[in-house]
Amino acid sequence: MSTQPFRILKVTLTLIALVVLWEIACRVFQIPSFLVPAPSDIGARLYEKRDLYLGHTWVTLYETLAGFALAVVVGVIAAALIVVIPAARDVIMPLLLIAQLVPKVAIAPILLIWFGYGLLPKVIIAFLVAFFPIVVNVATGLAAVERELLDLGRSLEATRWQIFCKFRMPTALPELFSGMKIAITLAVIGAVIGEFVGGNRGLGYLILVANQDLDTPLAFAALLILSAAGIFLYAVIEVVERLLIPWSASVDHYLEAERA
Amino acid sequence: MASPAPMIEVTDLHKTYSARDGKIVTLDGVSFRVAPQEFVSVLGPSGCGKTTVLKIIAGLVPATTGVVYVEGTRVTGSQRKIGIVFQVPALMRWRTAIQNVMLPAEILGLDPVESRHRAAELMSLVGLAEFASKYPNELSGGMKQRVAIARALVHDPSILLLDEPFSALDMMTRNQLNIELLRIWSERRKTSLLITHSIPEAVFLSDRVVVLGPRPANVLEIVPVSLPRPRTPEMRVSSEFIKIVDHIGRRIGLEYV
Repeated sequence: MSTQPFRILKVTLTLIALVVLWEIACRVFQIPSFLVPAPSDIGARLYEKRDLYLGHTWVTLYETLAGFALAVVVGVIAAALIVVIPAARDVIMPLLLIAQLVPKVAIAPILLIWFGYGLLPKVIIAFLVAFFPIVVNVATGLAAVERELLDLGRSLEATRWQIFCKFRMPTALPELFSGMKIAITLAVIGAVIGEFVGGNRGLGYLILVANQDLDTPLAFAALLILSAAGIFLYAVIEVVERLLIPWSASVDHYLEAERA
Repeated sequence: MASPAPMIEVTDLHKTYSARDGKIVTLDGVSFRVAPQEFVSVLGPSGCGKTTVLKIIAGLVPATTGVVYVEGTRVTGSQRKIGIVFQVPALMRWRTAIQNVMLPAEILGLDPVESRHRAAELMSLVGLAEFASKYPNELSGGMKQRVAIARALVHDPSILLLDEPFSALDMMTRNQLNIELLRIWSERRKTSLLITHSIPEAVFLSDRVVVLGPRPANVLEIVPVSLPRPRTPEMRVSSEFIKIVDHIGRRIGLEYV
C-alpha cells in the first residue's frame, strides 16, 4: 500500500491542501498582506524579485556549507582525540561544552567586532552551532566497537592506527551521518543568526530588511527559500548516506519501511 | 615431560580480580596440557572463569600467577599464532562475509592475493561459498558463526581457541555446527581448545575434557574420551558416550552438593 510513489503523492497532496486552505483563509477573512500574506502574494513577490533572491541565497548557502564543513572536520578530529587518547578527554570535553553552552546570539556581536562584517563571522557562527552534534555522535560511534572485535584486533597485534581506521571509523559512520543531518539544519540557523546580527547580504539579512519595511510577503518568500535550501541539503546527506553505507541499520530501517 | 612436546601448557594459573567489595578469586590453580593436533575442551559451570583461561592463553589478560607456554614460548602478550572464535560472531557489518574472513590477513600484512584465495577456500570449507559477498545482516546466526570460524583460520594459526562459540545458537544449529566443526578440525588438524558449558558438546568433539569446578575454579578431573575418530552423530546415543557424559555430570554435580 505505502509504496514510494504513493508516499510522494501523499506528501505532495498534503502540502497542496495546506497551501490552498491558507489561500482561502486569507481571502475569506481578508487578512492584510503585511500580517499574513497569502501564498499567491508570496509567489508573486518571489517571481518579481527573482534576481534579488539568487544572490542572497548563494551567500547564505556558502556560509552554511563552509560552517558545516568546518564543523565536520573539527568535530571528527575532536571526537577521535576524545576516544583514542583518554587523557585528552578531560581537556577537550569542558571546552566543547562551554562552546556549546554559550548562547550564539550573544557572542555573534563579539565575533563581528573581531572578524568584521564579511562572511567569516557568519561561517564561524554556523560552525559553532553545528559542531556539537557531530562530536557527540562520532565519539559515541567510535567507542561503540564490539569488545570481541577489539579483542580480535589485540590478539592480532593490530596497531592503534589500524584499530582506528579498520575498526573504529567504519563503526562510527552511521553516527557521523546522524550527526551531519542535525548539523546541516543547525548550520543554516547559525548562518541566519550571523546575518541578523550584522551584514548586508544573505537571506537572513533580506528577512531583516523586509521586516523593517513591513514587506511581509518578501520575508515569507525568503523564509520559503531558506527552508527549501535546508531540506535540499538534508536530502543530499541522506542520499550520500544510502550510497556510502548501505549496510547501516538506520538505512536498513528506511528501506524496510518502504518495502512494508 | 610427556612426548610429544605440548602445544599449550598451562601451569598453576591463578587469577584474582579486585572488585569494590574486595578481591574475587576466579582461577585457583588450573593446570593442563594440549598436545599438537589435539582437541581439548574446558568444561565448567557458568561464571567459573573458563573464558578467563582462554583469554590468558590468548595473551589478552595477564594471569595473577602461573605460566602459559604456547609452542614452547612463554605467553607474555598477544600473539599471532592463534585464531579465536568468540561467543558472538563479532563480524564487521560494513564488510561482506569474505572481507570479514580476510581481516586478520590484512592486519598481519599478508599477501592480499594469496589471502583472498585462502579466504575463498575457507568459505567453501565452512559451506558458505555462495554467501561470500553477502553482508552479515543477510546471514543467519549459524552462518555468521561459520564466517567467524573461517576468519579465525585465515592466517593459518597453529592453535584455534573457541570461546563458547555455539552457546547463542538454537539446539539444532548447534548440533549441526558441532558436526561441521569436527569436519573442519579433521581437515585442518589445528590444535583446538574449546570452552563450553555443554557436557555432550565437550564429549562429542574432544579427545580430552578438562573439567573445572565452580568458582574459584580448579581442575576437578581431566577425562579422556575414548570414542573413536572420525566421530559420527550416531555416537551421541552410544553407551560409551552416555557413560562419559554421565561421569562428568556426576563429577560436576557432586561438587555442588
